[in-house]
Amino acid sequence: MSILIIAEHDNQNLSAATLNTVTAASEIGKEINVLVVGHNCSNVSKQCSQIPNVKSILEANSEEYKNFVAENVSKLIIDLSKDYSHILAPSSTTGKNIMPRVAALLDVMQISDIIKVVDDETFQRPIYAGNALSTVKSNDKIKIITVRSTAFEASENTGGSAEIKSINGSGDTDLSKFLKSELSSSERPELTSAKIVISGGRGMQDGSNFGMLEKVADKLGAAVGASRAAVDAGFVPNDYQVGQTGKVVAPNLYIAVGISGAIQHLAGMKDSKVIVAINKDEDAPIFQVADYGVVTDLFDAVPELDSKIN
Amino acid sequence: MKILVPVKRVIDYNVKVRVKPDNSGVELANVKMAMNPFDEIAVEQALRIKEASHAEEVIAISIGPQESQDTIRTALAMGADRGILVKTEHDIEPLAVAKILKSIVEKENPELVILGKQAIDDDCNQTGQMLSAFLNWPQTTFVSNLELKDKNLLSVREVDGGLEHMECSLPAIVTVDLRLNEPRYASLPNIMKAKRKPLEEISPSDLGVDTSKRLEVLKVEDPPSREAGMILGSVDELVDKLKNEAKVI
Ligand SMILES: Cc1cc2nc3c(=O)[nH]c(=O)nc-3n(C[C@H](O)[C@H](O)[C@H](O)COP(=O)(O)OP(=O)(O)OC[C@H]3O[C@@H](n4cnc5c(N)ncnc54)[C@H](O)[C@@H]3O)c2cc1C
Repeated sequence: MSILIIAEHDNQNLSAATLNTVTAASEIGKEINVLVVGHNCSNVSKQCSQIPNVKSILEANSEEYKNFVAENVSKLIIDLSKDYSHILAPSSTTGKNIMPRVAALLDVMQISDIIKVVDDETFQRPIYAGNALSTVKSNDKIKIITVRSTAFEASENTGGSAEIKSINGSGDTDLSKFLKSELSSSERPELTSAKIVISGGRGMQDGSNFGMLEKVADKLGAAVGASRAAVDAGFVPNDYQVGQTGKVVAPNLYIAVGISGAIQHLAGMKDSKVIVAINKDEDAPIFQVADYGVVTDLFDAVPELDSKIN
Repeated sequence: MKILVPVKRVIDYNVKVRVKPDNSGVELANVKMAMNPFDEIAVEQALRIKEASHAEEVIAISIGPQESQDTIRTALAMGADRGILVKTEHDIEPLAVAKILKSIVEKENPELVILGKQAIDDDCNQTGQMLSAFLNWPQTTFVSNLELKDKNLLSVREVDGGLEHMECSLPAIVTVDLRLNEPRYASLPNIMKAKRKPLEEISPSDLGVDTSKRLEVLKVEDPPSREAGMILGSVDELVDKLKNEAKVI
């Protein structure tokens, strides 16, 4: 049994989600290899080689992988697949884009977004926005899996010494062309790996009012998130969205401000350790999952919170 | 050109699902069903492309039990031209769905297939990518903006880090995200008209597709529930609890 993990990175730095995926993999089996596919990505390979319990790093460094175009990356993974019993990737937008292609061409059914490893062929995954958990057994010859990173601890990222092997790419499929990206840049921690998240909803009324949340976030070292309604209204960019179709977070502390608590939002945050809700409507469903609720106007409560933490 | 839009019948997104007492699945009997919300957006986008005179025909396909024809009728009432129901006895997995769609694509020769990025029942997020791989057509997923210029597709994708702009030529596969458009409601006259639009019924075996399951569902259960918390009287109290009780700040 040999496992291949598709590393998630931006050609410079390994993303934290890969470390959670390593933990999931180590619950499946012992022999873990990591594929670093990208362009000028040798830094990432070095970071991967430090992860304990990883046997080897395969580095495919080629121009056509620079922007992780799914058609190109999936072709490479298929070419490598015969040596593995399991191939895992974080359930990020990159993993979701690539892995079903791999599964289709290997004629196997992908197991999406696993939250638990029962044994090497049995996994638990959420369905219906996390309102039910399904345990499934795969009888396919090779398991193609995406991993929900918040469900697994991050593995260590120092102390290992995996060897790095350079491998050839599989060429450009010339199917899709990447034009450009507009990435949000922020000094704050990344939403999915932050210890504290403060999110705003439609109740924030305006994008500029998110400044109040940012001030609190900066004092707490928190990331800022949002509900779909806040993103749809244009208060904040799409990458802030927490929920069934946005990001899944599970920080130590999640503060929901002016968010009603629709099931699609809860799907993305209800595994947080401590949940705080600030909402002026005492019947808002968010209070049913909140550990601490304050029924009040957020325009009073948030500045007060800001002044009382230090 | 023709546009193909697969539509799935799922539990309405407003309904709180209940797990069956025998843990074999979730309760579907007497539950309000509706078109998967992402598929509504896919139908809407196809109709807009047709209305901009870039397409002549929009075909809605549903794969599922007989009742899935209601979902097709909804798409027809929105404005799709005809429907295909691929009738199956049990619910089938994305891999088999993608195989069925592939063989329909080969028969119908559309230049564009627009799908929802995920279904809100199994939350798999696989079918479009699988179909693209089977057909060896370009894929562009999680799309929040789409523009057709001659035979070129310019799209904006929602990704974890922000947005990505992509280009590909037709034929292509697109999967849509929530912010692409606001689907229209079907008017009453259009609902009546939809009843007379053609709806073909076939089975997976007509297409030679094996729909047997690859994943065995051993158990479906409730997620761990959270204990009810407390309502606090003031922000002071909140800060105190976070510092001294929860110890998270
Ligand atoms: C297929 C699908 C997928 C979806 N995916 C997601 C997703 O990933 N993430 C997501 O978040 N949603 C998602 N949604 C949308 C979801 O159903 C809700 O519509 C959305 O979460 C509502 O956002 P909200 O709580 O900010 O807005 P609302 O429901 O409008 O709630 C606003 C809240 O703010 C409170 N408020 C207003 N003013 C104040 C004030 N001055 N002080 C204090 N409180 C105030 C109100 O009492 C209210 O509770 C999805 C929906 C569908 C159909």
